[in-house]
Amino acid sequence: MIEVKGLSKRFGGTQVLTDINAVFKKGTVNMIIGKSGSGKSVLAKCIVGLHRPDEGRVLYDGVSFHDMGPEEKREVRQRIGMLFQGSALFDSLTVLENVLFPLKMFASMPKSEMLDRAHTCLKRVNIVDKDHLYPAELSGGMQKRVGIARAIAMTPSYLFVDEPNSGLDPQTSIVIDDLIKELTEEFNTTTIVITHDMNSVMETGENILFIHQGRKWWQGSSEDLLASDNKELNEFIFAGSLMRKVRDNMRRD
Amino acid sequence: MNVLFHIGRYFLLLKETFSRPERASVYARRTIEEMDLLGVKSLGIVALLSLFMGAVVTIQTKTNIDSPLIQAYIVGFAARQSTILEFSPTIISLILAGKVGSNIAAEIGSMRVKEQIDALDIMGVNSAGYLILPKIIASMLINPFLVMISMFLSIFGGYLAAIGTGIISGVDYLQGIQTGFIPYHVTYALIKTVVFAFVIATVSAYQGYYTRGGTREVGISSTRAVVYSNVVILIANYALTQILLI
Repeated sequence: MIEVKGLSKRFGGTQVLTDINAVFKKGTVNMIIGKSGSGKSVLAKCIVGLHRPDEGRVLYDGVSFHDMGPEEKREVRQRIGMLFQGSALFDSLTVLENVLFPLKMFASMPKSEMLDRAHTCLKRVNIVDKDHLYPAELSGGMQKRVGIARAIAMTPSYLFVDEPNSGLDPQTSIVIDDLIKELTEEFNTTTIVITHDMNSVMETGENILFIHQGRKWWQGSSEDLLASDNKELNEFIFAGSLMRKVRDNMRRD
Repeated sequence: MNVLFHIGRYFLLLKETFSRPERASVYARRTIEEMDLLGVKSLGIVALLSLFMGAVVTIQTKTNIDSPLIQAYIVGFAARQSTILEFSPTIISLILAGKVGSNIAAEIGSMRVKEQIDALDIMGVNSAGYLILPKIIASMLINPFLVMISMFLSIFGGYLAAIGTGIISGVDYLQGIQTGFIPYHVTYALIKTVVFAFVIATVSAYQGYYTRGGTREVGISSTRAVVYSNVVILIANYALTQILLI
């Protein structure tokens, strides 16, 4: 479980996040949604420790991350898997080497076991016979899947996913969403997804956090989302005509 | 204030870079790869430059001291001294700052803007150590070899120019390069080379590591890496010459 308590962050004179409080439960797909520039990526970076909050704390299973020593932080980070918006695969390494990377750095197991583990992870995300290709030789969807394989290589307790569907076609987006949901259940991870994609939100969001102007504006489930009368949330969700049609149909029914 | 900020951040980055590696075997393998990338792959340009520079220095020395009072072998002596003391350690390091420095800054800068450094940090890898330390060690180990090869080829280039143009005889040139040889000058040149290698690797890595933005900024970091490495090399060259030669 990850808890965020009273988290605030400023960059220079700009207040980006103000007094964010949230709980992200284990075995749940938690989603952070909001407009571009609302502060959701900064919130995610504060949670994973890439930014230090000016105020407030992030607790990993009850222990404050920013109060930990370097060794403790390193141990927590080894239990974090993250899929970046651009996949962030290492260009100079092949698909297999990318997935092997965290194992080589941290795992204490023979090389053959590492290879087995990497192949299991790649198979889990349906990447087969692509071991020797470089990231540049893969499609966007494949890169995301290899990114997920790398993220789960160390069997993470916490999974962070930044804009998993950006640049992907709707069909591939659904594959990635399903994969995130399945892996969350399979590994019982605390999963946090940052997204704009309303289809993902409706399909996989169990706990949704809406960030507006750097503040937590709304929190609830995907069922609550359509019924909410929160003005800013509605403006965000129903900005697209498809979602407006869904709402109108629901009202008619 | 801005300069002090960068100096402070540079030393903090060095502290991080030299902290305990996660897995020494991975770092050792990366160091060997970097020696190939930063050193062996620079051999061609170093060889070409050295041969021609040695030839030019020999011809220019002869045309500038063309006097019956100065013996011909002095040309070989002057070519050797300028090669060992200045050309090979300093000019080759400046060239390497251009080739290797821009490569280091561009590689690390691209990794920064593509979030690959964030990925390393989140995994719990000391990104500064993993990316920069092998480059520093590789440069400091391989550059002295490059400079020694450069010394040999530069002097050899001078010999070829001497006999090719007939401005002095090969015998005079060979006599010149053996006259008044002080082995310490080679030691001095190699000390300078190791210091310059450290400067090139760390200043360039610093520029790349703190790149913010996109591809345009990677280009800017790459240019800055070359400019600042050159400036620091020139300052260090003066300081080392004063400390080691006077």
